[in-house]
Amino acid sequence: MKNLPYLFLGIVFGLALTKGEAISWHRMHEMFHFQSFHMYGIFMTAVPVGALSIFLFRRLHVRTRTGEPILKPVKVYRHGVIIGGLIFGFGWALTGACPGPLYAQIGAGYLVTIVTFISALFGTWVYAYLKPNLPD
Amino acid sequence: MELLYKPWPWYVAGPIIGLSVPALLWIGNKNLGISSTLRQICAATYPGKIAFLNYDWKNDSWNLFFAAGILIGGFIGGYVFANPDPVAVSSETIGLFQSWGLNTSKGLLPPEVFNWNTLFTLKGFLMIIVGGFFVGFGTRYGGGCTSGHGILGLSAFQWPSLLATISFFIGGILFSYWVVPYILAL
Repeated sequence: MKNLPYLFLGIVFGLALTKGEAISWHRMHEMFHFQSFHMYGIFMTAVPVGALSIFLFRRLHVRTRTGEPILKPVKVYRHGVIIGGLIFGFGWALTGACPGPLYAQIGAGYLVTIVTFISALFGTWVYAYLKPNLPD
Repeated sequence: MELLYKPWPWYVAGPIIGLSVPALLWIGNKNLGISSTLRQICAATYPGKIAFLNYDWKNDSWNLFFAAGILIGGFIGGYVFANPDPVAVSSETIGLFQSWGLNTSKGLLPPEVFNWNTLFTLKGFLMIIVGGFFVGFGTRYGGGCTSGHGILGLSAFQWPSLLATISFFIGGILFSYWVVPYILAL
């Protein structure tokens, strides 16, 4: 099963999100009110670890495990980055969840968040439907 | 044994989350980004004639496995080995929640809001259903979420990801200060 490594990595990622309380509604509002370093500490360690890894991969010409060159991740600017970003922020404060934590909240047994998840699917679907008419 | 139930400090959880970036790149040139799975599930279940949903979602099936893993990780860390103590938020935050009529006695989400009975009230509708809708709509419109922009994009020094991450926070702060308290008072 070629996808098994991703399942395993997801388990580790989900454990870190959950045990780091990054799926907690309480932690999100504590962060939005700048009342603790906890969530900022998670971002401020996760990002440098990611950045350093990408830097070292390039420096040492590391290839993937199957020998392909590793491609640099690219994110393109559209106005949606800001407009959509704000809308996501609203939902983040309401639900206490980003898409990753949504899966973890369900797994952790907060079953009503299945409804949050289905609404998020519906939101994605409506975006796709309206996409031709939205400012890009 | 007790250690299994304890939450992890930020300096343990953060680096592990960050390591998912090189791990995914090394295993198969994959980019961390979980909101994409929402698009995939839409494409797999009800694409209709919508161009944005008619694409070969199976190419990214690895991400659905990753997401399933997150769910399992949540089950292990938040259910099997759930922390029996309340989330150790700061005393100011406890005061804030009290002013919102919430107590933080247990769990990762406030039980006063996230339960099946509240779901069918205006409060629950706004917090859970509208909130979820914003998460799905906003992440796709913005081209990513906290993982794709906030962690991967920033790690790769992509300036659109910095704008996105700042926007996430501005949106969250606006709602946390000026909208959520009024919804909770409904």
